[in-house]
Amino acid sequence: MPKDTGIGASTKRREDVRFLTGRGVYTDDLTMFGQAHAVMVRSTVAHGRIVSIDTAAVEAMPGVLAVFTGEDFKDVGGNPAGWLINSRDGTPMREPKRPVLAHGKVRHVGDAYAAVIAESYAQAKDAAQVLSDATVIEELPAIIDMKAAAADASNRVHDEIPDNICFDWGWIEDNRAAVDEAMKSAPHVVTLELTNNRLVPNAMEPRASIGEYFPGTGDYKLTTTSQNPHLTRLLVCAFVMGIPENKLQVVAPDVGGGFGSKIYHYGEEALVLAAAKRLGRPVRWTAERTESFLSDAHGRDHVTKIELGCTKQGDILAIRTETYANVGAYLSNFSTATPTFLHGTLMAGPYKVPHVYVNVKTVFTNTAPVDAYRGAGRPEATYSIERVVDKMCRELNLDPFEVRRRNLLTPDQFPYTTPVGLVYDTGNYQATLDKAVELADVAGFEARRAESARRGKLRGMGLSTWIEACGIAPSHLVGVLGARVGLYDAATVRVNATGTISVMTGAHSHGQGHETVFPQIVAEKLGIDASSVEIVHGDTAKIPFGMGSYGSRSLAVAGSAMDRAIDKIIAKGKKIAAHMLEAAEGDITFADGKFSVAGTDKAKTFGEIAFSAYVPHNYPLETLEPGLEETAFYDPANFTYPAGAYICEVEVDEGTGKVDVVSFTCADDFGNVMNPMIVEGQVHGGVGQGIGQAVLESTSYDENGQLLTGSYMDYAMPRADDVPFYTVDHSCATPCTHNPLGVKGCGEAGAIGSPPAVVNAVIDALHRGGHTHVSHIDMPVSPNRVWQAMNA
Amino acid sequence: MTNVTMTVNGKSVSAPAEGRTLLVEYLRTGLGLTGTHVGCDTSQCGACVVHVDGRAVKSCTVFAMDVEGSDVRTIEGMANADGSLGVVQQAFQDHHGLQCGFCTPGMVMTTAALLAENPRPSEAEVRHGLEGNICRCTGYHNIVKAVLAASGQDADAIAAQ
Repeated sequence: MPKDTGIGASTKRREDVRFLTGRGVYTDDLTMFGQAHAVMVRSTVAHGRIVSIDTAAVEAMPGVLAVFTGEDFKDVGGNPAGWLINSRDGTPMREPKRPVLAHGKVRHVGDAYAAVIAESYAQAKDAAQVLSDATVIEELPAIIDMKAAAADASNRVHDEIPDNICFDWGWIEDNRAAVDEAMKSAPHVVTLELTNNRLVPNAMEPRASIGEYFPGTGDYKLTTTSQNPHLTRLLVCAFVMGIPENKLQVVAPDVGGGFGSKIYHYGEEALVLAAAKRLGRPVRWTAERTESFLSDAHGRDHVTKIELGCTKQGDILAIRTETYANVGAYLSNFSTATPTFLHGTLMAGPYKVPHVYVNVKTVFTNTAPVDAYRGAGRPEATYSIERVVDKMCRELNLDPFEVRRRNLLTPDQFPYTTPVGLVYDTGNYQATLDKAVELADVAGFEARRAESARRGKLRGMGLSTWIEACGIAPSHLVGVLGARVGLYDAATVRVNATGTISVMTGAHSHGQGHETVFPQIVAEKLGIDASSVEIVHGDTAKIPFGMGSYGSRSLAVAGSAMDRAIDKIIAKGKKIAAHMLEAAEGDITFADGKFSVAGTDKAKTFGEIAFSAYVPHNYPLETLEPGLEETAFYDPANFTYPAGAYICEVEVDEGTGKVDVVSFTCADDFGNVMNPMIVEGQVHGGVGQGIGQAVLESTSYDENGQLLTGSYMDYAMPRADDVPFYTVDHSCATPCTHNPLGVKGCGEAGAIGSPPAVVNAVIDALHRGGHTHVSHIDMPVSPNRVWQAMNA
Repeated sequence: MTNVTMTVNGKSVSAPAEGRTLLVEYLRTGLGLTGTHVGCDTSQCGACVVHVDGRAVKSCTVFAMDVEGSDVRTIEGMANADGSLGVVQQAFQDHHGLQCGFCTPGMVMTTAALLAENPRPSEAEVRHGLEGNICRCTGYHNIVKAVLAASGQDADAIAAQ
């Protein structure tokens, strides 16, 4: 009988009840007394000089309360990049100011240069259209193609950056010569040029923000769609607006998905705060979907040349890459870390490859900013590696399963220091590969292929063995690498007088189920009922501090902080129990919710200890403070390294080139699993997004910088009939060695491991169908591209 | 602005609306029923699905005035009379058919209408029936299972096939 509570139980989610009954409270659901509505005025051209904005044209329109332009914010700070990256020659990256509203120039379609505030949303929208018409922008040539941008010194996204290059990064530069030598002497070299397609994150809840200002105290409040309210507060206060941190409360209530896009601070958040102060009224803004397409940070967008040196038997000797990474028009907060330390450091994959060198050139273009999107750098690395390994197998006529087995690190090699600077703590990559082979019934593939062939379909099977690094840490290391923040997290465990518990966590749940999972851990550790534990998150006024949720860090980092805080609670409880039970503290044990004197039947329940802490009549007041509340900050010693093996089967229609993903199998190692139901759900979601990237999703700018895929009419989101049921397994667990729960991140795995499995399966199908000239098709593998490749 | 009257979740209601007021705005702003969400403005994502006279309708593409006098049901009206989750809602919780919850009201409303028309749909019929509702979190696996389970079928067995 599986347990239904505590660690390892598939406890049903408590948050579901409010979501299923329409009682969730997302930002746009809130109504503030006296609120006004903001609508942003966005550039309709990709690149241009602002000549004039005739604000008088709208100031007298019905309901209009205020108009803001870039001029209003020219003296406040810019929205900064969170990581400083140096180029190979040691020079620091170019970091142009990212203003609240564009000033002087507009740099991408959707770049907001003004905002109108009105009594009603409709009035604000009407006025915004009039203001757009009353603005003169001298259009400049759009800079869209990365390589052309880097080659053209005359046309600049930012006037002060001559070659549109942000930085030219080498990892690890000192290894370059050795890698070049290894590549030169390798018996065989495989070369692959590929594009990792730009994606729009598309959390289903559009971004929204409400600003409030309280003149009586000078306090501000920002309610916003954020994955990390404390980080937003830090950026707004310390970098952009200069508000003291203790005068701004940031609340992220229910948030409808993030996938990275809601990590970042956006200009609209500063705008609503400034507008609220000027008007003395709450000011709200909610994005329309097309605004989300135009102005949310996008993901991926790498163009990579990868070379792999190997023996004729398929032993990998060296990997060398050159990548152009698009950062768009401005540096979003994590945009410089994503193509570098979240990408280059993963370029050894799960393999024992002795020589690796990664070069990344980041380029400014007149497109929306690009930043971390589910997986963030690691899908790009995994896709490059797993595609080139697959190509090696084809060129050398080797079995892709056997080649993985030859090259995968073995369990006895951990901890393993990679040539790109990471130390993998633990893993068993053979076990997940064997499990995937079993679950996917690889042995039965030929029969399925024959059956597909009878229906006129080409069937193929693709494999990817992936690894990722999540829960970025430790802080002193990331500081050396250029991070401008620490990457710890915090939790306060507050035991109330009657024994109920509130946990204030720095993690933020926007779909992950923390409200259910975190109490499972508290309940297990304290031997109490999970229903008496409540999770508080998403409010800077309630929680001590937090770096939020992204990069699959919540459980490994914030969960570990919570675990440490619980340990402090138990330690204090033992002191209280020792006094009450008239025993030595060292003789007190804690188990099953009871503090006992070892070897006796004398005991106090957890509830009795909690009560005594708040009603300290029989209490060691001389040596111990009353109350039972503890805070812990946890800074991990290392990343966690989940890994796994994914097998995809596709059917390709030879007549149309249409690809159907017909089965998808995942065998993952996430270490210890707290709630299997939720972990499986995370993998399903990641795989769904990965299939979307591989088969459907294309973000297309034309040569003038117009976004051709700016709505769900044009951008192909995966829908229920685009995907199969998935088979997922996480039984091959090697617990993380350095965090107290033994957990690894699971949130991004599916999106990291799946795209190469899909594309490898498509290439496999084409080869089995006789189209052996096809060595690669870029994502998305649309009918057009597949048909063109088959018929080239 | 004129007052528009209709029945919502069994109660007669009235709220002001302009000619351009969409049903979803009427529900959210006029009546404070914020369970119905706006995810795209273009009738593509399905977060705004409600029932109008028993049919699933995308409320972001219907003028409030056009459904004056109609019988409208929203996510707030889907629980049982005693407040417990209805069959479809319960199936979504049991099968972890939601994560961030934003698309969920539309998914539940579409599912209820789908099952009213086709009480025992196949997996393919479920997937086709949900095509107008986008979820970014779940990869649809558990949503499809939830719908199959709500129809009384063995979702685990079907998913394992």
